Amino acid sequence: MSKKTYLQAINEALRQEMRRDSKVILIGEDLVGGHGATGEVGGAGGPFGQMRGLYKEFGADRMIDTPISESAIIGAAAGAALTGLRPVAELMFVDFVGVCFDQIFNQVAKFRYMFGGNARTPLVIRATIGAGKRAAAQHSQTLHPLFTMVPGLKVAMPSNPYDAKGLLIQAIRDDDPVIYLESKSLFGMECEVPDEPYRIPFGEANILREGKDLTIVALGAMVPRAERAAAELAKDGISVEVLDPRTTSPLDEESILESVKKTGRLVVVDESPPRCSLAADIAGMVADKGFKFLKAPIKQVTCPHTPVPFAPILEDAYLPSPTQIEMAARSILD
Amino acid sequence: MQLSRDELKRAYERMFLIRVFEERVEKEFSAGNIPGFTHVYLGQEACAVGVCFELTDEDYIGSTHRGHGHCIAKGVDVEGMMLEIMGKASGLCGGKGGSMHIADLKKGMLGANAIVGGSPPIAVGAALTQKLNKTGRVAVAFSGDGGANQGTVFEALNMAMVLHVPVIFVFENNEYGEFTTQSYACGGVHIADRVRGFGMPCEVVDGTDFFPVREAMQRALEHTRGDKGPYALEIQCKRFGGHYVGDPQVYRSEKELVEARAYDPIPRFRRAVSEAALLSEAEFNEIESAVQDRVDIAVQSALAALAPDPATDLTKHVYVKYA
Repeated sequence: MSKKTYLQAINEALRQEMRRDSKVILIGEDLVGGHGATGEVGGAGGPFGQMRGLYKEFGADRMIDTPISESAIIGAAAGAALTGLRPVAELMFVDFVGVCFDQIFNQVAKFRYMFGGNARTPLVIRATIGAGKRAAAQHSQTLHPLFTMVPGLKVAMPSNPYDAKGLLIQAIRDDDPVIYLESKSLFGMECEVPDEPYRIPFGEANILREGKDLTIVALGAMVPRAERAAAELAKDGISVEVLDPRTTSPLDEESILESVKKTGRLVVVDESPPRCSLAADIAGMVADKGFKFLKAPIKQVTCPHTPVPFAPILEDAYLPSPTQIEMAARSILD
Repeated sequence: MQLSRDELKRAYERMFLIRVFEERVEKEFSAGNIPGFTHVYLGQEACAVGVCFELTDEDYIGSTHRGHGHCIAKGVDVEGMMLEIMGKASGLCGGKGGSMHIADLKKGMLGANAIVGGSPPIAVGAALTQKLNKTGRVAVAFSGDGGANQGTVFEALNMAMVLHVPVIFVFENNEYGEFTTQSYACGGVHIADRVRGFGMPCEVVDGTDFFPVREAMQRALEHTRGDKGPYALEIQCKRFGGHYVGDPQVYRSEKELVEARAYDPIPRFRRAVSEAALLSEAEFNEIESAVQDRVDIAVQSALAALAPDPATDLTKHVYVKYA
């Protein structure tokens, strides 16, 4: 066990799974970088460094750099998965799903059902998500609701380095297609991460902080913000439970309902515009199945119904802040 | 290479089976026994059979919305197909896929695909598996002239070249993408010229004749299996009917429809083989009668079969395992 960053945890999961199973290949744009150029091949290890050092160990057969052709990347990974490999495809930014959504939601997600259970598509699609990097409207979205609503896909959103490693290993060993979303703003976050491989099962929420007065459900990069809000509320003697579902599909409804049963109050924080967000989804689920536990209305804290803005002052205002989360909590406390 | 008598019989049997199967699909559709949309392969039989003739069950094909002919040419069971097309529980896909999604992975059939241009990227991936596992097998990506205008197909062509995988792109140019002609919709007119622009060899082949298709495919296989990279065929053929079964085809003149039938690959094959005295009339008749029986049995079985059970089948097979 040692301290590792979120980025190092992803790197370690990829490395360990590639060592364990020769069927695991990586495919995407500039995973290696520098093919045909005059400098070092493989030096970059991806635009954010998730693949650092992997090319040296695994070579070009298993670290497949492609043209900038997202449909072909996802399609090729899908075809490879259908025929026996376990590809991990990368969409550098989840926003690029706009040019390959057909391959994801009409092909990958539906093979098993359309083919009557006769197909397996053990494919992971990794993509970076989230605002906060001043990357503007086409490089900052989260889009997890889009994937979550598609039957046939699983969706993981790690909120810390420990989960990043355990969820990625589970994703690679999973026999279904998994969308694995890496929060860019968490890349530098550090925590204790075991050196050996381990899996975190999908559909099992993580309770980061136990409490009895109010439940905050948060996802991905919103989890540390929810924890900060909870710490502020604790100063006033308010006991807050912070729950991270870790995967949005499957969703651990049971743990969310259990928590709301205990606290009677719910705030859901989601880095997403409000309509059809996971906040709305979870709030709807609790209203449907846990209304009798509620002592107050459910509060949703989301981004506004806008694209992600560029100007730093606007982008900061776009993201749900710990203060907003705290205010939402206070508004439903007596 | 000269075909043996058995091979000639097999080629004729497959083409005739597609013909009879598809005519029966039209009939059963009109009778209300087939739900939804279906697209038949009438007139293009020599393409599928010529392309798939030398393929094994370990070679893969990715198909199109007009996929019945590809399935049959690849050796997929016609009874399982008819059951599926009628939406029955014992169909190849349990009645979950239907005409536009028939797949049989055991036969190397990666699925009909109702998204135009959907299959070629997937076939590139199947070819990537063959390359990395060094199987010596290939993947074939079928698209139509309509699919040739999809961005996914351009991406797949380029990626196949860059990754140097054993994939063969087959463009069946039947002159129509839905209701619009290839000559209207294809900028630059020739599909093959576009493909060559990617640095890929592409032959233009007469798809109304089985023999040149099969020969071109042999060259394609020699090339790809010889690790020389991807290869492509533009196979020119005629779509006898409409885009879908029931299409009134107001966009085609009577004259054109009649003329298309003059390019029927099935009598053409029979004539050529008969003239060369390779198969007798009795042998052809025997094949035809056996095919009729097979299709009759398939239809009778499918009509009598049970539909899936919503209580158990609706939510089954979305995932291998979900929480």
